[in-house]
Amino acid sequence: MLKARIPLLNRVLARSYATAASPHALVFLEHHQGDLDSASLSALTAASQLGGQVTGLVVGSSEEVPSVVEKAKKLNGLTTLLHCASPQYSTLLPETVSPLFEKLLSQNSPFTHVVSAHSSSAKSILPRVAAKLDVPAVSDITSLEHDAASGSTTFTRPIYAGNAISTVRASSSIPIKFFTVRSTAFAAAGAGDAAESEVKALDSVEVRVVSGGRALKNAETFQSTLYPLADALGAAVGASRAAVDAGYADNSLQVGQTGKVVAPELYMALGISGAIQHLAGMKDSKLIVAINKDPDAPIFQVADVGLVADLFEVVPELVEKLKQ
Amino acid sequence: MRPSAVRLLNILVPIKRAVDYAVKIRVNPEQTGIDLNVKHSMNPFDEIAVEEAIRIRERLKDAVKSIKVVTIGPPKSAETLRTALAMGADSAIHVEIPESAPAPEPLGVAKTLKALIERQKEGVDVVILGKQAIDDDAGQTGQMLAGLMGWSQATFASKVEVDPEQKIANITREIDGGLEELRCKFPVIITTDLRQVHLHVSTKPRYASLPNIMKAKKKPVEKLTAAEIGVDLTPRLETIKVTEPPKRVGGGKVASVDELLARLKEAGVTGKRA
Repeated sequence: MLKARIPLLNRVLARSYATAASPHALVFLEHHQGDLDSASLSALTAASQLGGQVTGLVVGSSEEVPSVVEKAKKLNGLTTLLHCASPQYSTLLPETVSPLFEKLLSQNSPFTHVVSAHSSSAKSILPRVAAKLDVPAVSDITSLEHDAASGSTTFTRPIYAGNAISTVRASSSIPIKFFTVRSTAFAAAGAGDAAESEVKALDSVEVRVVSGGRALKNAETFQSTLYPLADALGAAVGASRAAVDAGYADNSLQVGQTGKVVAPELYMALGISGAIQHLAGMKDSKLIVAINKDPDAPIFQVADVGLVADLFEVVPELVEKLKQ
Repeated sequence: MRPSAVRLLNILVPIKRAVDYAVKIRVNPEQTGIDLNVKHSMNPFDEIAVEEAIRIRERLKDAVKSIKVVTIGPPKSAETLRTALAMGADSAIHVEIPESAPAPEPLGVAKTLKALIERQKEGVDVVILGKQAIDDDAGQTGQMLAGLMGWSQATFASKVEVDPEQKIANITREIDGGLEELRCKFPVIITTDLRQVHLHVSTKPRYASLPNIMKAKKKPVEKLTAAEIGVDLTPRLETIKVTEPPKRVGGGKVASVDELLARLKEAGVTGKRA
């Protein structure tokens, strides 16, 4: 659901993007119990040394993120702060967080570097994202130098358990340079009173979405039918315009041209006929599954997997079997 | 769908030949790398990965259909594969690179593993790797492979329980400040931590017995090249130089506690008054 916001983001950042050589780092700011991890503050210092803009990213649950953002926006060296809160980020699983990074970093991304602490969480996430973007990553760096003219960054990092120091260069042929930072090699960035960075919220990127339409009858059956399935799949819930208009679901859940645009791994359309406006919001999903009583429903023309059946019969069965 | 049917698990264990952990390494005079004319052995984390795969079979018996080890490396890496076969793996794949070729980067290795997984007719359910190699200390390959495959991942695992019928793995992970338990659906990529070895001496990777070493010689090893599987292993990062870390020089000894305290005071270290 990030898609709708991305163009806006790019417009704002485009001002500094004119000179391609100017680095712009995205720093993954980790936090724990409402406080920023000091290792992330060291990563921020390292990112500042690239000599360009630095954007921070705070991801977590809705309870945690606001207080962390309050602290993070005052950090020295940060120009922009992005934050994204969603229940699915209460535990930072690489499988759920990676799509958020991928969205941020794909298509006209202003970012030239992705930086994090060499923490167990970031170590699990960053290489996964780097591989998806087909770029190498540099682990556990102890120093860095960015050459703005050539767009290359040179890092030093310990190898052989610290018994040798390797100096490696990531040339401009690597469009986004991923690296994790050895926190003991960089002082932690402090908070200043002077500058507050610009704060922007991001929508979470759902990996799976279960969506319901008018066929769900009423708000009660919408909930009792869809939510167990969404739970069983670890999915977010969406709705068609018809379902929203009929009051089955909240406005914020609407997927479509006028609602949210989603491109999850899995999109399950239940009792949704598949109007063009709805398809506009979900047709980029990786796998579209449709369950509908009407074999002629247009949704079956885009669905990878279609099942002509009464959803009130098959959804409980589906939930039961998914739990096994 | 017959949920009771026994799932035949196929496990893949990528391993790496690395300079032995006990070797005191030396940077070469050209500063291009380290002197590699030293004892090599299987990366310790990979040994644990192999051990873990074999233990899964010991627990699940026939539910594990195959344990395949794979390495990407120069001709000498074949020894490492034989070691894993002697420990109990069934078969091996050796993606051979020339002796003089630069060491492949984690991304190249992950791409090779992806290509190999796609070649497996019976599929792969579980991939177990070491969490990092003790030579480049990158710690990226498993995560990169998970990203490329779009599979679930469990890094830094200290405990693995596999349920082939439910097609899930319960994994305890070592994370900063504690442990975390995850449940992953198959197919899953697991990277192993050392914890088990530290906790129970009995769970150290096994030594291969002589009969098993003899048997291992007869186990099949498939040889391939990167070109044959269509992967480019050329490093994308340029290693400019490799140097010795700065040497620490001892500052001498002191004769008494008072002198020690004086030196501490000099350095700005004072006690906290209660």
